[in-house]
Amino acid sequence: MPKVTFPRMGESWRTFKMLMNDLGNEVVVPPRPNKRTLDYGVRYAPEFACLPLKILMGTYVETCLEGAELIVTSGGSGPCRAGLYGQLHKKILNSIGFPVDIIVFEAPKNHPIDFLRKVNRLNASRLSYRAIWECIKRGWEKLKYLDDVEKLTHVVRPRELEKGATTRVYRRVLEWIDIAYTMSEIKEAGEAALQAIRSVPQDAERKVLKVGIVGEIYVLLEPASNLEIEETLGILGVEVHRSMFLTGWTQDNTVKETSETLSVKDAAAPYIPLCIGGHGQESVGHTVLYAKEGYDGVIQLAPFTCIPEIVARTILNRVSRVHNIPVLTFFLDEQTGKAGMTTRLEAFVDLMRRKKSQAGALHARPEVV
Amino acid sequence: MIARVGIPSSLFYYVHFPMWQTFFSELGIEVVTSGQTTKGLLDEGVKEALADACVPIKLFFGHVIALKDKVDYLFIPRVVCLNRKTIYCPKFLGLPDMIRHGLSGIPPIIDVQMDNREGWASLWRSYLKIGRIFGKGKMKILMAYLKAWAVAKRFQSLLLAGMHPPEAMAVLKEGGRVQPRHDHKGGLVFAVLGYPYEVHDQFISVGLVKKLKKMGVSVITMENLSPKKIARANILEKKMFWTFSDLALNAAYYLFREGKVDGIIHLTAFGCGPDSMVDKLMELASKEYPEIPYMSVTIDEHTGDAGVSTRLEAFLDMVKRKKEAQQGTCPR
Ligand code: SF4
Ligand code: SF4
Repeated sequence: MPKVTFPRMGESWRTFKMLMNDLGNEVVVPPRPNKRTLDYGVRYAPEFACLPLKILMGTYVETCLEGAELIVTSGGSGPCRAGLYGQLHKKILNSIGFPVDIIVFEAPKNHPIDFLRKVNRLNASRLSYRAIWECIKRGWEKLKYLDDVEKLTHVVRPRELEKGATTRVYRRVLEWIDIAYTMSEIKEAGEAALQAIRSVPQDAERKVLKVGIVGEIYVLLEPASNLEIEETLGILGVEVHRSMFLTGWTQDNTVKETSETLSVKDAAAPYIPLCIGGHGQESVGHTVLYAKEGYDGVIQLAPFTCIPEIVARTILNRVSRVHNIPVLTFFLDEQTGKAGMTTRLEAFVDLMRRKKSQAGALHARPEVV
Repeated sequence: MIARVGIPSSLFYYVHFPMWQTFFSELGIEVVTSGQTTKGLLDEGVKEALADACVPIKLFFGHVIALKDKVDYLFIPRVVCLNRKTIYCPKFLGLPDMIRHGLSGIPPIIDVQMDNREGWASLWRSYLKIGRIFGKGKMKILMAYLKAWAVAKRFQSLLLAGMHPPEAMAVLKEGGRVQPRHDHKGGLVFAVLGYPYEVHDQFISVGLVKKLKKMGVSVITMENLSPKKIARANILEKKMFWTFSDLALNAAYYLFREGKVDGIIHLTAFGCGPDSMVDKLMELASKEYPEIPYMSVTIDEHTGDAGVSTRLEAFLDMVKRKKEAQQGTCPR
């Protein structure tokens, strides 16, 4: 049986590792993207490829060096480059001497037969469909807890009394979830993890700003690719709400359109009436919604040369003016540095603070008079 | 008063202008274009468009700015799909939105959607909608549509006969007879592959095609090849989603396989998303056909004339040397 690997997106690898093991495969866990990953990515991926393609390229090279022979990935439903990544990666890997194969999963609702065929190929232990379904359900539960815990850190971090406490606890509780295996273990570990994060000592009085994060899925989900922007913001006293999580996304693409997505589309409709691929339309829609919900600002994260996000950014200028909400965009590439990003974030936070206190002063005046 | 509709001379211009112009003039509507790209026009676009956008989009902004005060409407249809298979780059899908929300002082935009995956008559319905905007009757619109369709067909056949879009447009405009081409007279033939709005824009391509012709090289572009024929040469498991990218790549696969050209040049724009993949795939394909030299030329808003000329000359020299070497080993 070939050794299996898959792309890394945040902490989701813990779920995929479990799932692949359950199906009877040996797994090469993709390492957290680092300097070496980027070096490989830059060396072997096309020069103007978007960052996710480069990082994944590098990750694959790293896992191939560790003996991975089969890569499992998803095709992406949007008509964007991501949908073609798989075969390009395979061609490049083969051309540099790694005889790997790639299994690309397309959305099951459009290609049900193809989906089952691919599942079968991975099913080394010859589990029944029923048993596989059980595995998927457990995996899903784990994924949900991973997402929930991460979401909670976004709320707690800006209020923590001791800088860095949330991250420290977060690192620890991830391991609890990681080793949980049965359904009840996962639930128990997940609840305990949530509780542990909640108990990080906090300043309930602190005035925090709220920022929504929109943009392209990969750089949103993999903190190493966005230089841990959410953590940086948390430390600057900003609560972030990320518009996309793997559990949210997979649900939209596998089961049915959730009501949330629909309203995102509605919100985007006056500006951009059809899906242009990737997540361009969602970025616009979420920005409108964040503005309506009274957020202090929006940050858009996009890989450099990202096609749909460039369209979105052009339109966000108008959205920002009409809805009076500041929008900051980072086009990320392998040269983006953390220091530069932090400086820009600090300036943005200042701007939001000033705007908020001005608005506050305006509201306060009539009461004084 | 006659309504005036502005059609920017960029992007779809090189593919659909003859059809669009015929349609509008048959309806008695005046068509105004922004004309050839100039330095000033490009500079305006670069100033107004997002810095991270690709050069062709910046250029399109420039063309729109040049037109916006001269016309009553801007014609920027939302072209999604025209062959029932592939769609256009996301920037095309969001083009009317980018212009509407990214520029100020824009006249009303006619952004009727064109997507023929919605049924065989959907294209006609799109044109019907356009005609209705000007209050024309259904019969009149139908006549204009049919006439436009005939012109599009003729344009297509001129291209397949070996003409480049600007030449074919000139022939359509001036009438006149077409002399058969394809007589490459034993000289060298290069393929210049790339999007029509790059390859055929004299300014942005730094006159690459013209330069080659001056050096005595005949040039074929992807418009000269039948889309159906070249599609069969594609070896990918999953084809490119985007029409122009798919065409360019198919053309490369086809020409490499058939070996009918002496060299292949891929012209690509800085900041183009799809091209990062197209270019890599072409490069990988070229490795399998070492007998046909391949070169990729990236253009951006600062590309200098001299740099491109030097590269072309070097490439040409290389091709010639290779040819001579091959002929030298030929047992005569
Ligand atoms: S959405 Fe952006 S980052 Fe993703 S594949 Fe498309 S261009 Fe690349
Ligand atoms: S295909 Fe490339 S050059 Fe053309 S609009 Fe899209 S990104 Fe720009």
